[in-house]
Amino acid sequence: MANSFTIALKLDDLAAVRGYRTLFEGMSLALDPGSLLELRGLNGAGKSTFLRILAGLTRPAAGKIDWLCASEDHAFRHFLGHLDAIKPQETVRQQAMFWASFLGVADSRHSAREALKVVGLANRADVPGRGLSAGQRRRLALTRLVMAPRAVWLLDEPLAALDADGQTMVRDLIKDHRKQGGLVIAAMHGEGFENAQILDMGEFTPRQSAVTDEVA
Amino acid sequence: MANPVVTLFFRELRLAWSGGGGAALPVGFYAGAATLTPLALGPAPDLLRAAGPGILFITLALASLLPMERLFQADLEDGTLDALGASGANYTGMALAKTSAHWLASGLPLSLIAPVLWVMLQGPGAAVGVVLACALSGSLAFFFIGAIGAALAAGVRRGGLLIALTALPLYAPATIFGASALYAVSEGRDFGQALNLCMACAMAAVALGPFAAGAALKTALD
Amino acid sequence: MISTFANPHRFMKFTQWMGPALLGLGIVILVWGLYQGLVLAPADYRQGDAARIMFVHVPAAMMCMGVYAFMVLASLSSLIWKHALADIAAKSAAPVGAVFTLICLITGSLWGKPIWNTWWEWDARLTSVLVLFFIYLGYMAIWSALETPQKAGRAAAILCLVGAVNIPIIKWSVDWWSTLHQQASITLTKISLPADYIVPLFTMLAAYGVLFGALVIMNMRAEIFSRRAEMLVQRQYASMD
Repeated sequence: MANSFTIALKLDDLAAVRGYRTLFEGMSLALDPGSLLELRGLNGAGKSTFLRILAGLTRPAAGKIDWLCASEDHAFRHFLGHLDAIKPQETVRQQAMFWASFLGVADSRHSAREALKVVGLANRADVPGRGLSAGQRRRLALTRLVMAPRAVWLLDEPLAALDADGQTMVRDLIKDHRKQGGLVIAAMHGEGFENAQILDMGEFTPRQSAVTDEVA
Repeated sequence: MANPVVTLFFRELRLAWSGGGGAALPVGFYAGAATLTPLALGPAPDLLRAAGPGILFITLALASLLPMERLFQADLEDGTLDALGASGANYTGMALAKTSAHWLASGLPLSLIAPVLWVMLQGPGAAVGVVLACALSGSLAFFFIGAIGAALAAGVRRGGLLIALTALPLYAPATIFGASALYAVSEGRDFGQALNLCMACAMAAVALGPFAAGAALKTALD
Repeated sequence: MISTFANPHRFMKFTQWMGPALLGLGIVILVWGLYQGLVLAPADYRQGDAARIMFVHVPAAMMCMGVYAFMVLASLSSLIWKHALADIAAKSAAPVGAVFTLICLITGSLWGKPIWNTWWEWDARLTSVLVLFFIYLGYMAIWSALETPQKAGRAAAILCLVGAVNIPIIKWSVDWWSTLHQQASITLTKISLPADYIVPLFTMLAAYGVLFGALVIMNMRAEIFSRRAEMLVQRQYASMD
């Protein structure tokens, strides 16, 4: 493929607070173009919050995030949370086409058709969202990554709910994306990806400290 | 390549009209509530003419609140709002697209049946044009103010009451001007000033509401 | 000054005695003001003793707008400088403001009985104050409905600013509405103020102001304590797994 990205990430002393609890603090790291960062940690360690912060949805309690990219465009991220953003009443094709067009793809019809082939939903194109299984919903969500080229992929357990075929498909998509210089940051349980950097969230869980005034 | 806000607008319109979108429910509520009026007041034309304009406008305000609970909540619950927000689209544009689509799906039909209900409540038939203008501007104001409450309450389970509590006090100006215009036209007085002020409320709500609703949406995602 | 209070530790230390002290001072001024207004001031030549209720009513009407203005400033500084104390200040002021609004409404209603011979008159001022009361209720409802204090604080601040934009419009529209439905009646505050009235009136306003300060400080302290308690509980949960 022709398009290639140059994007790197630098985090400086990042911290997140959820309600009254500090999830992690003092997180600093740097990622080069083409890296894959695998987030590991127990439930509640802040993997999802970390991804939401990188997606620009949640504000960090402290710290700095630097996306070192060529353009100043806001549209450089894909975020796949644990919810698949599926509308029950729209067909698979309609939903794919909406996202293609919303994400600024020129020929949304063509692009949606191709993407549905890639994720293996081509023969389900006319099924409404309510008729999809959990794995198929996830596949439909993945069409967003396929249709609109964006430098950063933020994935919350991308392999969850997928069968063996689907998991291979995601691994291939990620491999391709990295070859083009894209960044992938994924929260993972179970078997990970090849040559990934591992980030153990547990290392940044705050020690039992004196009561701070973070929230008051 | 379409503007994302326009794309979102047309999708919302399609979703609102498709099965389960519930765009027609407020219209049913409006017609039903207005039909109860003569049953409660009695069918005497004088009384209906005296009470009708006020009741028509209050029920319009309440019917406009009905679609608000699901306006942003559905998207927040199924993750659509996450994907929209992370895509880099701006929140004001999202609020504008969604609110105007829902106004077109529910608010416009509400406005269109207002003249019918007006005639049924013994309002003078010649005034239907003014009634339509009042209902259009009133429902616009109600939808775009209600959207602020809807965005604030998006993350709250059963947020409908919270939306009503936050939005209803802000409905006061549009209600005053809209109902005044209806009374004026019903009594053959000059309705111009009241109608203009009601339209001004609608324009202010459309111009400013999406900024507040957008800021509230961003907060709801945090 | 601001930065002194912006630090919660320093705020807590500084206000430890301030709340009760202001409360005591406020009560003293209140008693003095009430004595002046209800006993010393001469009865109004038209309304008789009924006019004395204005010493309670008029300062409350001033306070309900003043407290909202305070909340707008606090909300603005919370949105701009993102400081938790500003949020807490706005949250703490709301119930106090709502109570002043309620006092204004109830005393207005009590005053209306002898003057208008009805408990409630849709007078322009009373109606605007009633709408303001609902805005206070909505603001407090947002605080109690959203789960985390950070989220609730931002949402409440947005609502507070939306209310601030709307209050003048509501006030104006209600005035417009009331001139449309004009009835011949004495408006509540249409009494010329003799000098005997000015002193008790402003004494009461001062009392309300000091009491407002005392109650806000005490509310803020209570809120900070409860957040710290909640934080300790959360930490306990965290250490269990």
